[in-house]
Amino acid sequence: MMPELGQVALLLALLLSIVQSYFPMVGAHTGNRRWMALAKPAAVTQFLVMLLSFLLLTYAFVQQDFSVAYVAQNSNLDLPVMYRISAVWGAHEGSLLLWALTLSVWTALVAVKGNHLPPAFFARVMAVLGLINVGFLLFMIVTSNPFMRHLPALADGADLNPLLQDPGLIIHPPMLYMGYVGFSVAFAFAVAALIEGRIDLAWIKWVRPWTLWAWAFLTFGIALGSWWAYYELGWGGWWFWDPVENASFMPWLIGTALIHSQSVVEKRQQLILWTLLMSILAFSLSLLGTFLVRSGVLTSVHAFASDPERGVFILAFLAAIAGGALALFSWRFNHFARRADFQPVSREAGLLVNNLAMTSACALVLLGTLFPLLADAAGWGKVSVGSPYFGAMFPLMMAPVVLLLPFGPFLKWRGDDAGRIGRFLLPVFIISAVLALIVKFAFDAPWKAALGVLAGSWILLGVAEYVRRFRQDPSRRIRGLGREHIGMLLAHAGMGVFVIGVFVTEATSIEKDVRLEPGQSVEIRGLSFVFEKLEHYEGPNFVADQGHFVVRKGDVEVARLNPEKRGYRRGEVMTEAAIDPGLTRDLYVALGEPLDDGQAWAVRVYHKPFIRWIWLGALLMTFGAFVAAADQRLRASAARRDEPADATQGAPA
Amino acid sequence: MMRYLPIGLFLALAVLLFLGLGIDPKTVPSPLIDKPAPSFELPELREPGQVVRSEALRGKPYLLNVWGSWCVACQQEHPVLMQFAREHDLTLVGLNWKDERETALRWLARFGDPYDQIAVDAEGGTAIDFGVYGAPESF
Repeated sequence: MMPELGQVALLLALLLSIVQSYFPMVGAHTGNRRWMALAKPAAVTQFLVMLLSFLLLTYAFVQQDFSVAYVAQNSNLDLPVMYRISAVWGAHEGSLLLWALTLSVWTALVAVKGNHLPPAFFARVMAVLGLINVGFLLFMIVTSNPFMRHLPALADGADLNPLLQDPGLIIHPPMLYMGYVGFSVAFAFAVAALIEGRIDLAWIKWVRPWTLWAWAFLTFGIALGSWWAYYELGWGGWWFWDPVENASFMPWLIGTALIHSQSVVEKRQQLILWTLLMSILAFSLSLLGTFLVRSGVLTSVHAFASDPERGVFILAFLAAIAGGALALFSWRFNHFARRADFQPVSREAGLLVNNLAMTSACALVLLGTLFPLLADAAGWGKVSVGSPYFGAMFPLMMAPVVLLLPFGPFLKWRGDDAGRIGRFLLPVFIISAVLALIVKFAFDAPWKAALGVLAGSWILLGVAEYVRRFRQDPSRRIRGLGREHIGMLLAHAGMGVFVIGVFVTEATSIEKDVRLEPGQSVEIRGLSFVFEKLEHYEGPNFVADQGHFVVRKGDVEVARLNPEKRGYRRGEVMTEAAIDPGLTRDLYVALGEPLDDGQAWAVRVYHKPFIRWIWLGALLMTFGAFVAAADQRLRASAARRDEPADATQGAPA
Repeated sequence: MMRYLPIGLFLALAVLLFLGLGIDPKTVPSPLIDKPAPSFELPELREPGQVVRSEALRGKPYLLNVWGSWCVACQQEHPVLMQFAREHDLTLVGLNWKDERETALRWLARFGDPYDQIAVDAEGGTAIDFGVYGAPESF
């Protein structure tokens, strides 16, 4: 009974989305206020119905209702409750349900918070969000129904993919989806503005916190995924340029460009077209990511449940949503085109350079991700594009960003003197260079690590110098740093921390593959890893061999590490690495294969300096975006909506 | 130009993705299609002293399956081969790749033996002639 109720809830949600998209859109066009007013109740009810549907699927998992095919495929009697709940979004159907639920959360929030927007504009925004939901719900109901019955019920289910039986993976997808789907708000605003053919500057302020929230969630979600890959895949890597990682990274790059260009629209009424385009692209790339993951056009570790029929559906959906918005963009182009009013050295010019760099970087990632597909379709044979391409090209693309980043906050709007800022930053550069040389010669590190320290300190100290000068300036000190300002500086500092982490880890990590018998040990950087013994134990749905390692420096015990090799019920073998984390280094041990009938083991041991800084940097960026999103100035602007609208309508160029 | 660039690029992308849906990214091309199979002459696994010759197999279709007891994926593939051997008449030749005789025999005893003949390619030379990407693989 319950699963059928969930099914009905999905259908009801679909109907409500149709109501939410059709009536407000037509109402806004004809000036019918009643029709427009349907948007809010439809959105809120739709959210409640989706929540019900989601809870019912969760209930089916917790109750172990193996008459539901999806439950039977992805859980079994032995699976712990925690993973039965996370199994809800552990495979294709359920993760779509989570996606749709996330969209209704954002939609309902916009519905509740959007009272101050002009009614017609608000109605159009809601209609666009509703339309996206219609597409997603149709997709789910037609091709991927999570409540499909499997009768007669199975006595026991299969298993959740063991890779996903991990705490990090419980929150990774929801965070990522909050980010992906969060960009739908900026997208809906852009499309509504394009439909109206004019842009109300108040909405830029209004949509900015939403974009920042989405960006923060996306950043956090990506960082979680990277952290998970690091400890769960057992290879000690943190980023693999896998198509699905790229799929989440592209909206991030465009989203980064978007939050920067929004401020130019707000302050200078420039880059309006850019901002509209970035709003469309950030969400379209999120959809593209969904397409790449769900359709199976590319091979990837994430490509569970690939299916051409589903692929055709998502592609049609992508074409309708993204293609429609982009067509609207070129149709309304002249309404928003304005004469560029830029000084070559100014805040807005700096932000434009940032946007160009982020967009080019995204194009580079897109090209690399799709090139195997292009080569295959064009008959050039099988090609795979991986780290050698991305690893070489991407830092090159980012070099100007890193170089110019410290200048950004100093730059004044409308025009500035590069020499003035250059004088501020000269000491910063000198100190950074000295630090880099210390790292190079005192610690005998490779040049690459020194370069990372140079680049990272340049950013970090540049931020510090900005704060120092800000505090010395009597006229600005009184007002103090606003939250948006603080958030920006935190995020920039996060970038500095991240850069140091990436370069130092990549340049100085040591990996050793050794054959160890219990009692033997291996030395890395003055640390001895002693393989004490091997124990066998049984978990709820797996059997494991657990190695016991003690790490010693001289006679001092540094850490105890217990890596495991697990065999799960479905036959998968998983490596559970053991890590001793630290701010300046991680110690990492993973069990390979048993050798000589289990007398010895192949063991991988890593010493990875500063790898934590990678995620620490990402956390700082996330935190910065949250802080900026909470700025009162942005909230106040929404409350002042009763004032005459400061509308701009660009003259056709 | 900026006006139509985004939509133009998007359309090109959509066409590419549509074409991509018809392609299976997991297929691996073999350069040997329409060419005679590389010749080999290798010892038989189960009956030492006997030899498996490609000459003797020539002229009739056969399926050559590359496997090893060290190969986890071969274990997963194995039931399919067992069923295939029961249901079809086609000659099934195993190529035991870079393996040890004892462990290979034990593996067969444990999981079943669908093969008509098994050639032992301990050095991996024949596998190279066939252009084996990885085990399991069939020709």
